[in-house]
Amino acid sequence: MNEHISFPHRHLLGIEELSPRDISEILDKAEDAVVLNRAPRKKQDVLKGLTQINMFFESSTRTLASFELAGKRLGADVMNMSVKASSVNKGETLIDTAMTLNAMHPDILVVRHGESGAVNLLAQKVNCAVVNAGDGRREHPTQALLDALTIRRRKGRLHRLNVAICGDILHSRVARSNIHLLNKMESRVRIIAPPTLCPPGIERLGCEVFHDMRAGLEGCDVVMMLRLQQERMAGGFIPSHREYFHRYGLDEEKLSAAKPDVIVMHPGPMNRGVEIDSDLADDINRSVIQEQVEMGVAVRMAVLELLAGERSGAGGAA
Amino acid sequence: MKPVLFTNARLVDPADGTDAPGDLLVEKGRIAARGTGQGAPEGAIVIDCGGHVLAPGIIDFNVTIGEPGARHRESFKSGGQAAAAGGVTTIVTQPDTDPPIDDPAVLEFAKRRAQEVCAVRVLPKATLTKGGRGREMTEYRFLLDAGAVAFSDGERAVEDPVVFRRCLEYARSVDALVCHFPQEPHFSALGCATEGLFATLRGLPSVPAEAEAIMLTRDIRIAALTGARYHAGCISTAESLAILRRAREGGVDVTCSIAVPHVAMNELDIADFRTFSKVSPPLRHEEDRAAMEEGLREGVIDMIVSAHRPWDEESKRLPFAQASAGGVGLQTILPVCLDLHHRAGLSLPTLFERLSLAPARLLGLEAGTLAPGALADLVLFDPDAPWRIDRKALLSKSKNSPFHDRLVQGRVLGTWVGGKRVFG
Repeated sequence: MNEHISFPHRHLLGIEELSPRDISEILDKAEDAVVLNRAPRKKQDVLKGLTQINMFFESSTRTLASFELAGKRLGADVMNMSVKASSVNKGETLIDTAMTLNAMHPDILVVRHGESGAVNLLAQKVNCAVVNAGDGRREHPTQALLDALTIRRRKGRLHRLNVAICGDILHSRVARSNIHLLNKMESRVRIIAPPTLCPPGIERLGCEVFHDMRAGLEGCDVVMMLRLQQERMAGGFIPSHREYFHRYGLDEEKLSAAKPDVIVMHPGPMNRGVEIDSDLADDINRSVIQEQVEMGVAVRMAVLELLAGERSGAGGAA
Repeated sequence: MKPVLFTNARLVDPADGTDAPGDLLVEKGRIAARGTGQGAPEGAIVIDCGGHVLAPGIIDFNVTIGEPGARHRESFKSGGQAAAAGGVTTIVTQPDTDPPIDDPAVLEFAKRRAQEVCAVRVLPKATLTKGGRGREMTEYRFLLDAGAVAFSDGERAVEDPVVFRRCLEYARSVDALVCHFPQEPHFSALGCATEGLFATLRGLPSVPAEAEAIMLTRDIRIAALTGARYHAGCISTAESLAILRRAREGGVDVTCSIAVPHVAMNELDIADFRTFSKVSPPLRHEEDRAAMEEGLREGVIDMIVSAHRPWDEESKRLPFAQASAGGVGLQTILPVCLDLHHRAGLSLPTLFERLSLAPARLLGLEAGTLAPGALADLVLFDPDAPWRIDRKALLSKSKNSPFHDRLVQGRVLGTWVGGKRVFG
């Protein structure tokens, strides 16, 4: 069986470049992967013989593990490089590091970097498929895709939903990717954040901005909480954790403004008691946080297969 | 030196608004006569300008040369060649070298190097404060005596208003010109793009345009308080123009300049993280760029500078936020600015007032005009010739042009400094 693959992109650098059709295609493919991942024998050979290098310039546990597992389940040879601890400290530039890896003929490079645009820069210099695993505060496309898959499975659709994204929007690549994706799929996005953590001009992206959390959650179908990065405290963006939790932490009381069947999401890792009430995070009726992790592997498998599947010559899904 | 007669030229002189056919006679390094149909004196070299424009050479008030300390980026020799090829006859150099020009001995070194190898005139600035660190003033009197024409801390603003006031007060007592970079440094440290939707979409750390208004407002108050000669360098926002208009209406005597990128580009030129479009201050919104055009026409902006910043490839082949800011501009200042003439209708005399006459006046030079007696610093150019800028073909040692690949109209055919041909 040689299924035709129509995905028209060489790399996955951001959601901004994708069409609604591309997004649906990835999600549909990911559904197959979900089934596969739940089966006892999970290994496939779609990417057999291909090499995937995960190059993380910023530390990460879950995203790295998720990409590693995704590649391995599809049969690729996966290598992880934590570049933070290696040659960059010896003065090697990002481009030199990329060129060095490129010379080893990988088929897929999965890259995370602390600077916005760094993954785009790298993609211009190598001749394999590049997947952005998060660049600075710009985009984290696979996170938005896994969030979308989670929502679609729970709500049955991605359009005409009210989705609130709450917390540190300013520094968040997850927020930007999700805003692009939800706008493209015709859902309504609300931003809930203190003014100091709201990026300028965000309302011109079609988002509604709220500084009052209860008002923002009114009638919402989905609440996405973002992690409050500890270093933001030092930057003077918020007065204290306790005041932040008081005003922007998700608890039963504030969540009661949302629809009764609201789902609560978080990209992890969570700061319990800072942005989300601990019991709420564990409430299996509303919190889909564990499901997001599961969908993460599936979505990444779909992305890897769409970008590199044709190279392996092994054809489409088994 | 033989006399030179330029015939069949289109003479552009900002001093009296001339834009008319004519001849120009140069003797002993100065302009001797201007008119039509004069005979060539005995032994004169006759240059037929073919109807092209002959104008006073550009005086570029903001140029970085890597001497001392970074000759691999730009030397007086390579910078001089680039200037000559660009129709720039005088470069006013930035003092934030390594070591900085904060001491008469360093200044003399730079001047000597310039005299030996530079094809065009070099007028050095010295730092406003020791080491450019913004704490103690430098020896203005000694530095002026050694040849400094102005004082500046480059792209660093003096943060402490007390220090800045003292610098200006003291500068006034020696009639020194103080050039400042009015960007509030705490804000500037935050980012590399102008705050707004574009920076948000690109995920770039950003600086509000108000960083400029805040510092410029402070500076103007201190200039008024001290009565010093103050020049605001590389302003870039519509708000700054409003502030300057008000200041002048209030009788404060300040001058200002803009850099070519801020009238020729906007933030969207950063496109997909093009580090060659990273400049300081960052590229602004389109409304601000359009305001620069209007400000040049109206005259609230005194002059245009190239803000020539040579950087090696390694400084630009980096993620956007980490890349160095600034671009080379000596060789492209004229063709890029001619777009203001072709597209925005700025007359050639007005353009050369901003490029040549205004800096000459500010520095007290007998230049910037074609009037008899002025220095024979001249540029001959075809204002219409189309070409495509190729950064690799530029004469600067560094090739970091923000205008790479741009289609322009206007090509320099010849450049003369003191009556001596230095290009073409």
